[in-house]
Amino acid sequence: MMKLDNPSSWFSLPRFLVFLLTLLLTFALGMTLFSLPPAPFQLLDTIHRSLPHSGVTNPVTAVLLNFRAYDTLLEIGVLLVAVFGIRAFPEAFQEHSPSLPAPSEVLLALVRLLVPLMVLIAGYLLWAGSHAPGGAFQAGAVLGAGAVLILLAGLPLSKWFHGWWFRAALILGFMLFLGVGFWAMAMEGHFLEYPRDRAEDLILLIEAALTVSIGCILATLFLGLPDAAPVKDAANEKS
Amino acid sequence: MNEQAWLLDWALAITLVGLALQVLSTRNLFKAVVYFIAFGLLLALTWVRLEAVDIALAEAAIGAGLTGVLFLTTLSHLESTTDSDYESRDTPRQEHPDDETR
Amino acid sequence: MSQFQLYGMTGVALFGLGMYAVIAHAHLIRKILAINFMGSGIFLVLGAVARRASEGMPDPVPHAMVLTGIVVAVSATAFSLSLTRRIHTETGRSSLPRDGGT
Repeated sequence: MMKLDNPSSWFSLPRFLVFLLTLLLTFALGMTLFSLPPAPFQLLDTIHRSLPHSGVTNPVTAVLLNFRAYDTLLEIGVLLVAVFGIRAFPEAFQEHSPSLPAPSEVLLALVRLLVPLMVLIAGYLLWAGSHAPGGAFQAGAVLGAGAVLILLAGLPLSKWFHGWWFRAALILGFMLFLGVGFWAMAMEGHFLEYPRDRAEDLILLIEAALTVSIGCILATLFLGLPDAAPVKDAANEKS
Repeated sequence: MNEQAWLLDWALAITLVGLALQVLSTRNLFKAVVYFIAFGLLLALTWVRLEAVDIALAEAAIGAGLTGVLFLTTLSHLESTTDSDYESRDTPRQEHPDDETR
Repeated sequence: MSQFQLYGMTGVALFGLGMYAVIAHAHLIRKILAINFMGSGIFLVLGAVARRASEGMPDPVPHAMVLTGIVVAVSATAFSLSLTRRIHTETGRSSLPRDGGT
């Protein structure tokens, strides 16, 4: 299974030390894992009691978008920071990646069949996230995968990534989430504490904006990897 | 817990660790990335086994799918997909071509 | 052995494998793969912890943490891969050098 060319150099002293220390750390982690205190039943009971008031029935969605909504807000912020980092490279967003072959007919037919289905599935996952497994991240991932499929088939989707409205779509999720948080603070007194009777609608609104944003962000993460041979084209400017 | 469920659990656990060993020790990086995608899909099965279907959906789409595609795209832009460190371990540093202009 | 113990041990083993590989290997792509394995190992540990109260519903708080973690891991992977491609464009190499230079 492991083909080693120079077996003598595999047993150098630093490598062996690293191996020993890693083994020790793994062992210590295992010991810690099995000596954890018993399960926090009080926390589970609290979640069960508050679940009907959270606006959704799926406990994971309730935790993500209501009980620990601040973590989700910061997570979208981390995604945006990664997008900023990737877009900082000047060779990003080439018009056509030169290493892709000409698209085959089968791939094009598959794209025509699959991408509308993927949009439909993303919409269903977004809606189902309130009572069944699903939610904004899964729906956004399916949308992003649809965009990646279109890009892999060689279709010129990347010219859509230059407009101002695409940048607006990128930050829409985060800004809406933040806006709802501040609005809730103005109404109730605490940041991101939704009013009880509007929680369901607010969560669906936030999730819809997050879905669009996450789809655009994931597509940007895929497309924005800078090419190895940048095309020095005077006409290739970014708006 | 019935026996088939236990068999599935053990098979998943052993295959996960085995795939991880393969990914981190094979010399061909393309093979490593393909095994990584397979690992991601098996991990999605493991999430279903742990009754975490939301995580399974996200892992299959993002963890296995998108991350695998990112790796494959990056690999296609490097010049060679073999980890040349395995044979040039004790060659001097002039092995790397400094006179190649970029 | 309960599901928590089995998958907990698997997660810890994956974390250890990933940590060794990230230190011991020099190729950047393999390092990024290894960091992904470390992340997946910790997610598996979290999922196993969520199954500890093995009566009825698993604990949703670790599930939310794992979902957040998967998304953050993919964004970190994408950024580090773009850095790898940039390093390859600038220096022509895709591994860290053996003797500790730049």
